Amino acid sequence: MSAEGNGALLEVSGLKVEFPGRHGTARAVDGVDFTMKSGEIVALVGESGCGKTTLARSIMGLQRPLAGEVRVRGETLRYGRRALRDHRRSAQMIFQDPTGALNARQTIYEAVAEGVRIHRLPGNEEEVVAEGLSRAGLRPPERFFTRYPYEISGGQRQRVIIAGAMVLNPSLLVADEPVSSLDASIRGEILALMLKLVRETQIGILVVTHDLGLAWNVADRVAVMYLGRIVEEGPTEEILSSPRHPYTRALLSVVPEIAQMEQQILSGEAPDPTRIPSGCRFHPRCPLVESGKAAELGIEERCRTEDPVELPACHAVR
Amino acid sequence: MSGQVPLLSVRDLHVTYAAAERPVPAVRGVDIELEVGETLGLAGESGCGKSSLAGALLRLLPGGTEVTGEVLLDGEDVLTMKPGRLRAVRWTDLAIVFQGALHTLNPVQRVGDQIGEAIRLHSKGTSHAKVRERVGELLELVGLPARRARDYPHQLSGGQRQRVLIGLALACEPRLLIADEPTTALDVMVQAQVLRLLEDLQERFGLATIFITHDLSTLASVCRRLAVMYAGRIVEQGPSHDVFAAPTHPYTRALAGAFPVIGDQAFRMAPAGLPGDPPDPRHLPEGCPFHPRCPAAVETCSSVPVELWPAGPGRAAACIHAPGSPVPA
Repeated sequence: MSAEGNGALLEVSGLKVEFPGRHGTARAVDGVDFTMKSGEIVALVGESGCGKTTLARSIMGLQRPLAGEVRVRGETLRYGRRALRDHRRSAQMIFQDPTGALNARQTIYEAVAEGVRIHRLPGNEEEVVAEGLSRAGLRPPERFFTRYPYEISGGQRQRVIIAGAMVLNPSLLVADEPVSSLDASIRGEILALMLKLVRETQIGILVVTHDLGLAWNVADRVAVMYLGRIVEEGPTEEILSSPRHPYTRALLSVVPEIAQMEQQILSGEAPDPTRIPSGCRFHPRCPLVESGKAAELGIEERCRTEDPVELPACHAVR
Repeated sequence: MSGQVPLLSVRDLHVTYAAAERPVPAVRGVDIELEVGETLGLAGESGCGKSSLAGALLRLLPGGTEVTGEVLLDGEDVLTMKPGRLRAVRWTDLAIVFQGALHTLNPVQRVGDQIGEAIRLHSKGTSHAKVRERVGELLELVGLPARRARDYPHQLSGGQRQRVLIGLALACEPRLLIADEPTTALDVMVQAQVLRLLEDLQERFGLATIFITHDLSTLASVCRRLAVMYAGRIVEQGPSHDVFAAPTHPYTRALAGAFPVIGDQAFRMAPAGLPGDPPDPRHLPEGCPFHPRCPAAVETCSSVPVELWPAGPGRAAACIHAPGSPVPA
């Protein structure tokens, strides 16, 4: 689904982020257009180094883009101090490792109250914190007030982080690998909490992950990212049941449970954003090119020279 | 090659860590048998004792830790070996790959030299040229070009480092490889590459593997047999496909449900978790240690101790609901 005018919660257009380096400039995000609505969970999937975390960070205003812009509820993100502070109230981010994200010498109460103080939220602080904790499933909340992070389990720590984000009533939550460091049984609990929050508050959640199972578990839509670009996007059931981009197909084929699919293990790791291949950026690893299928279809030349722009970004699809 | 003696036979293994207040029983009576070339998947969550078990097999646990029972490697007990014999057995018979590939390699030594060192230590007098040749072979075996021997760890990616570690573990042609979460920190595609490599090595060299992770679906796809641990004991075991497809123990069911089958509507918008946290090993619940979190618990569960009872062909489960349980549920 494309941008629905003013109804969009998040709109990213023509976003580019580059990092200078000794071996050339890394084009981490290389022209991304992307929208999402309130009450929606979108999974942004891709391998390490595909630029998904950089994209998430620029949505949060933690990374200034070289070009393009980010709009939340129609308002363009600006980079002045005040503007950023307001932005970070409406957009909150949670990370992979809840233990690292919490201050070990701060009580749970302090951890959740910090944001409330920074943003000078009205109302009784204790009530706000208590409500945040219980919404995140930490009940009774008072029992957690004076505890320290080491006294609670990993799953509870991630709940504290979520409570800290949710007390600010954000409209957008960006979650970078929120369950990948958690144990199997806790994983489902945290994902269920995210679903519940979306239903209760109409928040929009962007989940950055390499885990397609997570997308099947909670996401309404999936966007697949490869070397700084979104290469395929759509409703979760459509993308995961009948993927059209060969990269999406390869990603799906290596998920252990999908026994009926022939595994397409791509050689090498996600390639280097300092040397993005010409033509279709996926062509050096593309199974269609390697197997000669692209030549058969008469598109091999285009794969090597022409950058596909329309989604799914593959010459074989059109 | 099925002789009388299995390659590995673990009997009634207990691991108890010394602690200030009260000792911590991490492994509480585990039995494992492994034939040559066989793969066993060991599943369980943080704190269930799976890494303590791995550490005990190689005697890598901190001093002061009490380890009892037997770890018979070709009939010889690893737990009572003299230091010299133990050094010889490690690497040449038994090797281990850990998860944090970043921290296991020496950052200031070329990876080829690190592999070479292991070879030289275990077969003294090997010429330099021979060692170099062997290092090249090992790197190629794990899918890296031999010239990568000259690289330092920081020049390699996470997946490549994990491959170097596997190469290092294979340097002295062990017969049993213990892989403790070897792919958890890796990306999906790299994970698939490493898993395929391990499978390939099993087939080519008859390498036996104990594969440890909390991801049941990964284990089911690479291991022939599966054992699930909870609170220091094996609570279910059997052929991996049977266990994964139709778990007997409610805990195994919860673990299997945590990783959704993509395309299966039962999991769509329905993440499955397990409420509660694993028990503190110092204060285990009475009866079945899983009963406080168990969705199928009945009154007897909080008082009657459980053990591994028969649960179908080649299977066993420590649950009073198991078909072979002598306790009426």
